Amino acid sequence: MEHFQYFIELFLGGLTRGSIYALIALGYTMVYGIIQLINFAHGEIYMIGAFTSLIVAVVLTSLGFNQLSIIILASLIAVIYSSAYGYTIEKIAYKPLRNAPRLSALISAIGMSIFLQNYVQLAQTSDFVPFPSLIPDFDFVEPFAHIISTQEIIIILTTAVVMILLTILIKFTKIGKAMRATAQDREMALLTGVDVDLVISVTFIIGSATAAIGGFLIASHIGMINFYIGFIAGIKAFTAAVLGGIGSIPGAVLGGLVLGWTESFATGYISSDYEDVFAFALLVLILIFRPAGILGRTTAQKV
Amino acid sequence: MFMTFTILVIKVDPIQRSVSWRWENMVMVGVGSFFLSFLWRYAMARKLAGNKNMAEGKILKTTIIQRLMEDPKLFRPALIFLAVFVVAFPFIFSHYQINIMTTALIYVVLGLGLNIVVGLAGLLDLGYVAFYAVGAYSYALLNYHFGLNFWFALPIGAGLGCLFGILLGFPVLRLRGDYLAIVTLGFGEIIRLVMENWNEFSFGPSGIANIPRPDFFGHEFSLQNATIFTYFIMIGLALLTIFFVNRLQNSRIGRAWIALREDEIACQSMGIDKTKTKLTAFALGATWAGMVGVMFAAKTTFINPPSFTFMESAIILSIVVLGGAGSITGVILGALILSLAPEYLREVREFRMLAFGACMVLMMVFRPQGLITNVRRVYKFEKSPDSKKEQNL
Amino acid sequence: MKDILEVKKLTMDFGGLRAIDNLDLDIQEKEIVALIGPNGAGKTTFFNCITGLYQPTGGDIVITPPGKPAERINGLKPNYVTQRGLARTFQNIRLFQNMTVLENVMIGRHCRTYAGVASAMFKTAFQRREENKIVQDSYEVLEKIGLSEYVNELAKNLPYGAQRRLEIARAMATDPFLLLLDEPAAGMNPQETRELDDLIIRIRDREGISILLIEHDMKLVMSLSDRIFVVDYGRKIAQGTPDEIKENPVVIKAYLGEDLDAQA
Repeated sequence: MEHFQYFIELFLGGLTRGSIYALIALGYTMVYGIIQLINFAHGEIYMIGAFTSLIVAVVLTSLGFNQLSIIILASLIAVIYSSAYGYTIEKIAYKPLRNAPRLSALISAIGMSIFLQNYVQLAQTSDFVPFPSLIPDFDFVEPFAHIISTQEIIIILTTAVVMILLTILIKFTKIGKAMRATAQDREMALLTGVDVDLVISVTFIIGSATAAIGGFLIASHIGMINFYIGFIAGIKAFTAAVLGGIGSIPGAVLGGLVLGWTESFATGYISSDYEDVFAFALLVLILIFRPAGILGRTTAQKV
Repeated sequence: MFMTFTILVIKVDPIQRSVSWRWENMVMVGVGSFFLSFLWRYAMARKLAGNKNMAEGKILKTTIIQRLMEDPKLFRPALIFLAVFVVAFPFIFSHYQINIMTTALIYVVLGLGLNIVVGLAGLLDLGYVAFYAVGAYSYALLNYHFGLNFWFALPIGAGLGCLFGILLGFPVLRLRGDYLAIVTLGFGEIIRLVMENWNEFSFGPSGIANIPRPDFFGHEFSLQNATIFTYFIMIGLALLTIFFVNRLQNSRIGRAWIALREDEIACQSMGIDKTKTKLTAFALGATWAGMVGVMFAAKTTFINPPSFTFMESAIILSIVVLGGAGSITGVILGALILSLAPEYLREVREFRMLAFGACMVLMMVFRPQGLITNVRRVYKFEKSPDSKKEQNL
Repeated sequence: MKDILEVKKLTMDFGGLRAIDNLDLDIQEKEIVALIGPNGAGKTTFFNCITGLYQPTGGDIVITPPGKPAERINGLKPNYVTQRGLARTFQNIRLFQNMTVLENVMIGRHCRTYAGVASAMFKTAFQRREENKIVQDSYEVLEKIGLSEYVNELAKNLPYGAQRRLEIARAMATDPFLLLLDEPAAGMNPQETRELDDLIIRIRDREGISILLIEHDMKLVMSLSDRIFVVDYGRKIAQGTPDEIKENPVVIKAYLGEDLDAQA
């Protein structure tokens, strides 16, 4: 019975972690799907989202707002800021390189990531900052509190909602159709009257917004943030995206969950010292043995 | 463009708010960042405006450098002057300066090593520092356990670097460029995390201290002389590297690397073994990193995992990018600028990584060919086969 | 006359799509053979299968290089196929843009030379001799193709027609016994096309190299080819001499139905 409970704990812990990875992975997947670029700065957007929500929350608390409005405003402003950053990053670092070799864009992305990390480090602090616990515990969770907390439930639910909304957006709206068209063939989309620049901007904005939600949730869950969280989270989310098959939205969620569980069980049953090593090892193995991911398709190289 | 500006203004807002929230000591940071944002905006405006000028000015600049490089009347005295300066350097400047220069030379060699992988073969390796760590740790551990001396460790470090390069390269080099970047990044982090956690093997986060400096046939120097000696060894290594890389670049293998970078499919169809050629580049780059790693351990006498973070890889990459991927002179220049500037401009030192990041983006956007342009490098390529051809005919 | 390339029942599937369907083709020594067909008929896919860029789903590709035993080359990597003596050009020019014309050709010599890393680093006598030989051989190839005036230009700065010819020069440098040309005349003006016609004939006559070409320019195809294979929807619909093909009702139908321009 004890074993079973431990297993359940690890399972739910993995689910929570995985949901966060999935939220960030969505942004990677969408951007990659549209412009075939690994947006290295995406993890930094997530970090900025966490920081923004922290700052807003603290300011509002000092102004005496009530808890619910703080949660809503903090997450909302974080989403807006992160989207603005995502938009700006695309305009500065990627747009001028759209027709350049992929290596150039990739280096630019890495540069942007390093820049943003150090920007936040210098502007804020290089230490860990405590993040106030904003989400209250619901009463009905009380009986299960030793297994799962309210925050964890909210994280899992949010991921599910975001994923469903995104799927609807991409499948059924006009901009979603334009996004799919751009992903298929950018030139052709342009010729048929799709505003490709707009589509790419929207993709970056949506991706950044989901990352910001992830940032807000994880920050209030773990309770500590620093400027470096984006880097590790970014790589892990990328792993998740690749794991599920980059370019595919359900793939990103699935990949996030698989990665979350892998980490959770591996640290729970093997050793907690090597937490990050498991993720990286999984990444390396996946890329070597199944680069198309779980849900991805192998595409023939065009000659 | 205007939209970019508005958002750049908003960009500082979260920091401004932090002023109202944090305690007094953060006010300075807030105000400082605010002004920095203005500076940033000015710089951005100048960049955008200067983009066109740069394109025009480029031609002029390259001709000057070209003339210097191609005209032996100018080039030789410059070279002699440089040689005299290099030899005299440790006797003119202080102990501290020599140390800085040795570090700069380490970066020169690292840059040249990575240049083989990124600049010539076009493989983006973000875990380059892992091989550097392999070299450093192999010397430190071999010395600790078996008392191995520096000169034996040097080839062993290089060999182990090469071995790791092949071991990693073999499975991952089939991957597309961007995936390769991520896998090497992951590999670099794995090496560092293992070093940090495997206490029995690598002494974990506390690192390894008291690594001996290089000796001269068993003769050990005083601290002062050892520093000078290390400096000269490093000069030797750097020269050796330049010499070899230059030869490689203009050889059959070097051409294959460049062709591979230009067009992988055409390259294969011209009879070049893609995997083998990539592996050679990857392993050679790793060899150099391993060798310099030994040098690094010997110079600092202390190593621990935080010396080998991703940021270190990023610095080496920005050296290659800044200098001009594929150009030896460019990479040397890039390494000297990036490693010396933060030392001599102490006030701005904390902005070092910020500047590196910005520099990588700006270089890619405005000047992807690097400080020393492609034109010159190609000119050199044109030159050598041409002269050979005339010999033959 | 014996077959130097024999393709039997070649099939290539992409997912559910059959791009090549049981295609048979053979080329004899010193022969110029054209592969024609409407756009999307599977001609370039056929090239990619033969040269190892694609793994064919089924069938056999057998080569018999002059003076050597026959060999099945299905699934061999492209570089090994080139080493066996098959060289190709690309429909969408794939030169090494930032290398000089000479260097592009020197890359072609790669698989016929041996110097490795160590000999390059120490510049052994062997390596120096080989380097000189590579330069000399490459220059000779350029002279044959008529590109020697551009020897030190960057490939990307060449005029379009010259780029197409450089692709041929680069392929020639690998010492092939069979040259596969993918739309060599595409985008050329009539003058350039005439020169290309001469060039291909010259390559065959002087070097003894067989040629398989994909081409849409019917005038060129009819004047050059010894035999023509016509494909449509991945299937061979006709084969024969130019005169036979001209009269073949199936071919006319395929072309009139699909691609009027191609006949012009």
